Amino acid sequence: MTYQAEFRVWRGDSTGGSFESYRVEVHEGEVVLDLVHRLQATQAPDLAVRWNCKAGKCGSCSAEINGRPRLLCMTRMSTLSPDEPVVITPLRAFPVLRDLVTDVSFNYAKAREIPGFIPPAGLGPGEYRMQQEDVERSQEFRKCIECFLCQDTCHVVRDHEENKSVFAGPRFLMRVAELDMHPLDAAAEAGLDRRATAQDVHGLGYCNITKCCTEVCPEQIRITDNALIPLKERVADLKYHPLVWLGSRIGLRRKD
Amino acid sequence: MVSTETGPPTGTGVHSPGRAAVPQRQLRTDRWWLPQLATVTGLLAFIGYSTWRAFEGAHYYAPPYVSPFYSPCLAANCVPVRGGADWTLFGDWWRLSPALLVLIFPLGFRLTCYYYRKAYYRAFWSSPPACAVPEPHTRYTGETRFPLILQNLHRYFFYVAVPFAMILTYDVALGFRNTGGEWGHAGLGSFVLLGNVALIWAYTLSCHSCRHIVGGRLKHFSGHPVRHRLWQFVGRLNVRHMLLAWSSLASVGLTDLYVYLVSSGAFGDPQLF
Ligand code: SF4
Ligand code: SF4
Ligand code: FES
Ligand code: FES
Repeated sequence: MTYQAEFRVWRGDSTGGSFESYRVEVHEGEVVLDLVHRLQATQAPDLAVRWNCKAGKCGSCSAEINGRPRLLCMTRMSTLSPDEPVVITPLRAFPVLRDLVTDVSFNYAKAREIPGFIPPAGLGPGEYRMQQEDVERSQEFRKCIECFLCQDTCHVVRDHEENKSVFAGPRFLMRVAELDMHPLDAAAEAGLDRRATAQDVHGLGYCNITKCCTEVCPEQIRITDNALIPLKERVADLKYHPLVWLGSRIGLRRKD
Repeated sequence: MVSTETGPPTGTGVHSPGRAAVPQRQLRTDRWWLPQLATVTGLLAFIGYSTWRAFEGAHYYAPPYVSPFYSPCLAANCVPVRGGADWTLFGDWWRLSPALLVLIFPLGFRLTCYYYRKAYYRAFWSSPPACAVPEPHTRYTGETRFPLILQNLHRYFFYVAVPFAMILTYDVALGFRNTGGEWGHAGLGSFVLLGNVALIWAYTLSCHSCRHIVGGRLKHFSGHPVRHRLWQFVGRLNVRHMLLAWSSLASVGLTDLYVYLVSSGAFGDPQLF
């Protein structure tokens, strides 16, 4: 079954832009990225779009379709109404470069702010041993394809540009959670408390657990339930739990 | 849909300088406001009903059933419940409805619950109204400062919620008597109370703080097999936390309504055995 769809694509750059309308033929089984490519091939050869794998694995093709942040290559045309226009804009939380391409370097800057894995003393490469149940939680987080849809949707920065300096965003708070749950991460030995920095440096307190990051994640990572809330609970252990705080002060609590 | 050329944005939020000059604040075409409307309707209905019942101070004991709004009794002015959890911690100077002394604890538990926070931040405070729909506020600090930083105290309400669930469980046991106080009998109300307490327990145990306390805080599950199992069990409940939040809220209200109907004589409790 083929039909003619109306596409309204935002065209422009940082100096301004507008929606352009196109009519384009849709074939059975196609995804939005197929249609963007057809537009490039037939009507708009200079339309800028970033993509790579067309398999939902490289995280390049993030955009907003009918107002919802999604991967162009993982949005099937069959899920959109054939009678209504398909409205495509670039990600609206980041600076636009041209057409559907945005500058996502905010995310790379935030990634660099998080101290990486700290190797345990006395273990050489190849000597790391971890039990499956100890790494299971972080394995979910490792499914991330760095599409930054969560970072784009999170209202903390999407609606408040000024919060970008103080808030790492869900993807990178999840990174902090991953490292804090890592069985071999030696942050504590190195004098780094990831719970303290999650709150004081990376802005965990700005998250109000309204779950939009989870809603848009194409990898279905349960970011809020499995990373952000557990991290908030860990912060509460450290900062808002007088008994645990007292116990750790007088050395009652054993290491776990 | 305007398709006229727009210059660079100079506003805030999605209209901040540098971002794509899309004139519309949001472009969602689905009914994104529907879940928020349902949340507001559901919560207001419960708040309205429970406020009326809490201040009424009557029709909360239909022997042998006691309403979950009025148990335990901490004031001196309660109707004595045969064998019930009546502890006069507050003297007889307390003249208001005894429910008010009790309801603040479940209220605090639910008010600081991670699920209800999401629900009311979205539905009542529009922060955000829905995903990729801009919020109306010009400034946002989330839970970084007073008063919302107090949400971090949720676990203390969890600690209090556990004994409360135990008391309600005890009330269920009391409900398996006949009107004369003899054990081993049951009416429809006994099972209403039983269903309610099952949902209360499921909601309480599916709490995110509970998940953290039983095992989530560990770095090494391999060294704590029992806590790992507990964590997995709570995790399975936790996936349904939203469903349990709503169903336990509804069941508390309906259980109270049942007791009210029986106590006020509007409905006769069918005796089963
Ligand atoms: S849950 Fe937190 S991090 Fe995720 S979108 Fe909402 S506020 Fe942002
Ligand atoms: S967590 Fe999900 S939404 Fe966020 S960058 Fe990774 S894959 Fe994308
Ligand atoms: S093109 Fe790779 S995720 Fe869409
Ligand atoms: S009761 Fe909902 S998170 Fe604790």
